[in-house]
Amino acid sequence: MSSPVYEKYYVPAQSPWPFVGAVALFLIAVGAGNLVIELDKGSDGHGGKILTLGLITLLFMLIGWFHNQINESMQGMHSAQLGRSYRQGMAWFIFSEVMFFAAFFGALFYARVFAVPWLGGDSNNAMTNEVLWPGFTAMWPLETTPGGTQTEAMGWFGLPMANTIVLLISSVTCHFAHVALEQGNRARLKLMMALTILLGVSFLVLQGEEYIHAYEEMGLTLQSGVYGNTFFLLTGFHGLHVTLGTTILIILFLRILKGHFSPANHFAFQAGSWYWHFVDVVWVMLFFFVYIL
Amino acid sequence: MSEATEHLDHAHSHHHPSGIKRWLYTTNHKDIGTLYLWFAFIMFLTGGAMAMVIRAELFQPGLQIVEPNFFNQMTTVHGLIMVFGAVMPAFTGLANWLVPMMIGAPDMALPRMNNWSFWILPFAFLILLSSLFLEGGGPAFGWTFYAPLSTQYSADSTALFVFSVHIMGASSIMGAINVIVTIFNMRAPGMTWMKLPLFVWTWLITAFLLIAVMPVLAGAVTMVLTDKFFGTSFFNAAGGGDPVMFQHIFWFFGHPEVYIMILPAFGIISQIVPTFSRKKLFGYASMVYATASIALLSFIVWAHHMFTTGMPLVGEMFFMFATMLISVPTGVKVFNWVATMWRGSLSFEVPMLFAIAFIVLFTIGGLSGLMLAITPVDFQYHDTYFVVAHFHYVLVTGAVFSIMAAVYYWLPKWTGHMFDVTLAKWHFWCSLISVNVLFFPMHFVGLAGMPRRIPDYALQFADFNKWISIGGFAFGLSQLIFLAVLIKACRKQGVPVDDRVWEGAEGLEWQELPSPAPYHSFETPPVIK
Ligand code: HEM
Ligand SMILES: [Cu+2]
Repeated sequence: MSSPVYEKYYVPAQSPWPFVGAVALFLIAVGAGNLVIELDKGSDGHGGKILTLGLITLLFMLIGWFHNQINESMQGMHSAQLGRSYRQGMAWFIFSEVMFFAAFFGALFYARVFAVPWLGGDSNNAMTNEVLWPGFTAMWPLETTPGGTQTEAMGWFGLPMANTIVLLISSVTCHFAHVALEQGNRARLKLMMALTILLGVSFLVLQGEEYIHAYEEMGLTLQSGVYGNTFFLLTGFHGLHVTLGTTILIILFLRILKGHFSPANHFAFQAGSWYWHFVDVVWVMLFFFVYIL
Repeated sequence: MSEATEHLDHAHSHHHPSGIKRWLYTTNHKDIGTLYLWFAFIMFLTGGAMAMVIRAELFQPGLQIVEPNFFNQMTTVHGLIMVFGAVMPAFTGLANWLVPMMIGAPDMALPRMNNWSFWILPFAFLILLSSLFLEGGGPAFGWTFYAPLSTQYSADSTALFVFSVHIMGASSIMGAINVIVTIFNMRAPGMTWMKLPLFVWTWLITAFLLIAVMPVLAGAVTMVLTDKFFGTSFFNAAGGGDPVMFQHIFWFFGHPEVYIMILPAFGIISQIVPTFSRKKLFGYASMVYATASIALLSFIVWAHHMFTTGMPLVGEMFFMFATMLISVPTGVKVFNWVATMWRGSLSFEVPMLFAIAFIVLFTIGGLSGLMLAITPVDFQYHDTYFVVAHFHYVLVTGAVFSIMAAVYYWLPKWTGHMFDVTLAKWHFWCSLISVNVLFFPMHFVGLAGMPRRIPDYALQFADFNKWISIGGFAFGLSQLIFLAVLIKACRKQGVPVDDRVWEGAEGLEWQELPSPAPYHSFETPPVIK
């Protein structure tokens, strides 16, 4: 068996970080589980502490793992094949994230198209309405639930619209940053990255303001029936993803300042920018289905 | 060269890590595969012990051994452990061992993530199991955790259940990403798509299903968490939600999930049957297309689990016909295996015995599935022991038998020694007989109306249940023979085998690699003919 023409196979050596990562997830799961129970019962316990410890361990693991990885990459140990593996891995990861959001979008559609109209007597459910929920009329946004909880619907104009524009622009600047990186234009790369981060942060600030407005002035809360549920879980999980995306962008920015990435070798950058575009697309869907329609 | 890496074409300097760190820090696909397989086996015995509790309680009518609430915890955790702790990790373990060897790769594409995805699992199940000891008990709402059982009537430990499912889901997704990327990107030059061994094909498609539906499961448990603890009403009509919506979301995950547990089995059987028939597989391409169409169809049949929830008539019809459609590609597979054996020069080594048992018994499970797919008939059978019989035929004599077949088939390649054949045959025959005593009568009590998940039953079911329990205990004990075979095999007590092991075996792992297979499979890409 001689095959001189092929690339070297690359297999990374042992590493403690994955195991540390498993311990971190263990602590996070135990901590979060206990914390939720304690909050529910108003009792005190160690949930919060264990959760914090888990998050710190996770952070520690990420720093260690990435540090390792970046060093190896900077030493030129990674083959082109490994680069392809990373890219494909990231793409599938994003697909899994899409499916996570799909579950909540599914809940939104089901509630809106089936559950609420049926409670209002649609299809063959006239008696459900008459006997179980007399006086309930189906509507969307669900401002009065069958149980009688009242709330107000979030409009799409104003803050949400502004946020849409902010995120859309950030996707464009992120793309320009990528182009600049590929052309070797570092100054422009830095500028565009800084802009993207700034836009990401402003999105989060505006989103925070919207939440405060919803809670304090509109009576729209996580508890306000299935409209509030889907609204907050969808926008909330999206917000978490923006937070994560922004953090990734900030790390990339710091690495750029240190002179990392070349036109040929920039998997981490590409992954971060894919992630950012993904977050952006999810928002557009949200804006459409949660706010406008 | 830094010690952080090994370039394999200079790999004479391999160091073999040893001690506990070898296992905790490993990046080697074989070590990780071994970890997965042993973990799965331990979970199989743990979940099995719970089944013994269930069968002991059901030995006679009346309540005698355990409290009803504990009984419910046993059925729930038994199901969760067998699905997520035994069958899925066992298949992932097999994928780890075999995929790189079969496609001519040195290892998996993302070896460190591979280790992460394994080590999450013991922790996830530690959480799940320890929740049984909490105040109020562990999860008692069935492995399907239907709302409102899981949201309004569940114990506090539900929060821990939710987070343990979250992390085991993360583990499965990472494992699946690794498999898919390995197959896309690490094939040796010349290993074209239509030359891939069927085990690799079926796992590729399984990995796609996993990445598509595990996140949906994560979404479902998250909504259960917020409904129970944070006042949302996704599954509560008073807030405009619907408990039936839970079932839709769950089964959108759940039905592809059952195919996740059977497609790799199809792959395994398609490797084993040709070897011991000394013929090529009857129709390779049709197997690939059948697998792909099963996977696609599996996304549009989920509500066959929900015929009795009062869906609109068009829904009932659609899901009935779509479900029946799936039996077509499934039939293609069974036809293929049988046609492969037809006029082959058959021999009946242990893996082949399990494979033949699989073909016959899985088909019984498929046929009962077809009965359940007929909506009006399912109104009668739903939530009875008939359903329990159906899914145990496809999962125990299907998925689990295929895993055992695979272990017996590849074990000599892994260890370099033949296992104890006599003991293995004992294992096979004891399992085969007891498993049918265990599950076949369930069809009858189910048709007669015995409900599932209830610790007591009407007197007329007593005789059958006694036999079912006896079969259950016997099946449980038979697995201890398996344990003995495995321990002996790991101590390498059998005769050394040659590289090919089985005379009819085809494929890179048999024809290009020595037995036992070297620590890193292929240091340079093999030549594919
Ligand atoms: C020919 C193919 C199949 C058909 C037509 C089919 C049909 C069905 C139907 C209609 C049900 C719902 C019964 C009820 O709850 O009333 C069901 C349940 C089930 N099936 Fe299948 N099935 C097939 C193959 C499989 C396979 C291959 C597996 C797994 C390897 C599987 C695993 C299950 C499980 C676990 C359940 C019960 C879930 C629960 O309620 O706990 N089935 N099947
Ligand atoms: Cu199904």
